[in-house]
Amino acid sequence: MANNKAAVNFDKLLGDESQDFKTVQILDETGQVVNPDIMPDLSDEQLVELMKQMVWSRVLDQRATALNRQGRLGFYAPTAGQEASQLASNFAMNKDDFLFPGYRDVPQLVQHGLPLSQAFLWSRGHIEGNKYPESLKAMPPQIIIGAQYIQAMGVAVGMKKRQSKNAVYVYTGDGGTSQGDFYEGINFAGAFKAPAIFVVQNNGFAISVPREKQTAAVTLAQKGVAAGIPAIQVDGMDPLAVYEVMKEAREFTTAGNGPVLIETLTYRYGPHTLSGDDPTRYRTKETDDIWLKRDPLVRMRRFLTDKGLWSEEQENELIDQVKASIKEAINEADAIPKQKVTDFLKVTFEEQPQNIQEQITEYSAKESN
Amino acid sequence: MAQKTMIQAITNALDLELASDENVLIFGEDVGKNGGVFRATEGLQVKHGEDRVFDTPLAESGIGGLSIGLALEGFRPVPEIQFFGFIFETLDSIAGQMSRTRYRMGGTRNMPITIRAPFGGGVHTPEMHSDNFEGMITQIPGIRVVVPSNPYDAKGLLISAIRSNDPVLYLEHMKLYRSFREEVPDESYTVPLDKAAVTLEGSDVSIITYGAMVREAKKAAENLAKDNISVEIIDLRTIAPLDIKTIIASVEKTGRVVIVQEAQKQAGVGAQVASEISERAVLSLEAPIGRVSAPDTPFPFGQAESTWLPNATDIENKVKEVINF
Repeated sequence: MANNKAAVNFDKLLGDESQDFKTVQILDETGQVVNPDIMPDLSDEQLVELMKQMVWSRVLDQRATALNRQGRLGFYAPTAGQEASQLASNFAMNKDDFLFPGYRDVPQLVQHGLPLSQAFLWSRGHIEGNKYPESLKAMPPQIIIGAQYIQAMGVAVGMKKRQSKNAVYVYTGDGGTSQGDFYEGINFAGAFKAPAIFVVQNNGFAISVPREKQTAAVTLAQKGVAAGIPAIQVDGMDPLAVYEVMKEAREFTTAGNGPVLIETLTYRYGPHTLSGDDPTRYRTKETDDIWLKRDPLVRMRRFLTDKGLWSEEQENELIDQVKASIKEAINEADAIPKQKVTDFLKVTFEEQPQNIQEQITEYSAKESN
Repeated sequence: MAQKTMIQAITNALDLELASDENVLIFGEDVGKNGGVFRATEGLQVKHGEDRVFDTPLAESGIGGLSIGLALEGFRPVPEIQFFGFIFETLDSIAGQMSRTRYRMGGTRNMPITIRAPFGGGVHTPEMHSDNFEGMITQIPGIRVVVPSNPYDAKGLLISAIRSNDPVLYLEHMKLYRSFREEVPDESYTVPLDKAAVTLEGSDVSIITYGAMVREAKKAAENLAKDNISVEIIDLRTIAPLDIKTIIASVEKTGRVVIVQEAQKQAGVGAQVASEISERAVLSLEAPIGRVSAPDTPFPFGQAESTWLPNATDIENKVKEVINF
């Protein structure tokens, strides 16, 4: 006999979960404003600046890839496609806000104040790349996926204790939302009502594993529900939507309302990293083509050109400038002296214990030979 | 001066540091209103406020991240991990993050964090409460591991740990919490990190140990004295990095050595001590290095502790073996 009882309609509960997580969009794929009511309050100069940063990032990605192939850069995680998600979100934040980048979030770090030559040194694996002045409110790119989330939460709790007016912002990818630290980070921040903005850049793949294999959740934004914090999904290929949502999140969180989770729907055109990943093993040309049509640069270029704020000449001139600055930065990185073991020994502890003292003597002798 | 148990000495140290440095923060599971599961933080929240001494959600990894973030904001975090067996949940924050932050950032940032955690056998705890996992962290560069064996050292070492600008894992042996009292000055004082103590001077054999085994070594030494065997006891106190000079000076004097740890034989600290001695003082040795440690199984079921944990008799026997070699 069938059981006709139904205390709970699980089918309905399953279907309802994503209802509150519609995607915020302002600029469509053709550069048309589809949501004028929520247009960000940006001046013409600011709009142009945001476009410049996105173009800078695209050129940087192309040049970094080439420099990696030539062996002039080391670890590199491509960013092309994610310019709106990365640069427009960063554009909404202040210099005194604290940035916790993942390993793909170097563009934000440089725009936040890290000299490009240091970003290159980080890529190569040189200690000078990670020497941050006190004024740079950021940590180096985090390799352990999720760790940046719990640490960002800690800074946010500290800011609250200091009665700071600033916020913390931190990035991870879609795969990262499966980590325990992802959940612990947003949950602690919620419990402490700390000023943090947690960004999930959902680019569809964690190396070869598609987003659907990470979770049965219909959106990643809805994971905010588990922490009891507000969350929203945004078109991550739309710089205006990303900016506006991030800006509003900053206002909300710095007003003492607790953290926010933002999911940006985005894509990376390149491989996972340049350390041997081949995206043709897991991605189709059809998928690539869909996302190429959504290119954030294409729609922003159209939008600004229609407003008379952007031209091909302007962009070409900018590209030349960016290439020149990259060349300069790589030359600066080349000029940095080679690393010595004694440099490392001296910064492992503030007060050197016996083993370190002994090894400093030992390696100093080797280095003076 | 007052007679204090080790846990009272710890509470006293925390109280003094909270009072002397406004950046000191104490947090963890049940450390606030409840005063800690062992009363180590008893009365501190009432005295110093909820902003300074507070409870966290039940997640060790989150506590680790919270510590790191607070350190980046200029605080001096003193988090608690309720039992050291729960350390695996936050191993990345300790081994992968805070221990390497100063190095990773070329000395431009530091992590003045003191992680307090109870551990150690002999009190019939449930699983994963008493395990001696300290050797795991002693293998991580950039962090100190401190294990006090008595109330006086517990206070002075904890104050030093909190004042250190580098991370310290401060392990509190549960069996030592209330098992004896000792004169402890009321005022603030420090016991230096990275420095072993010669707990007992002797001439025939060096016992190198730490934590609860210091008491067992003392018991053994008393018995051995009856047989005219003069034992020198070195209490390592900081088990990583090691105070090699004190160890070697003692071994060169006595010519014989027994290393004693509560942890399993394969678990690290004793092997490192043995290796240092063989590298530096092998020509002073009259006999092979003796080691007393627990068997290489996981920590025992509660009722089997007494047959599993090393004790004074094991030490006595090993010393005689080394003496009669």
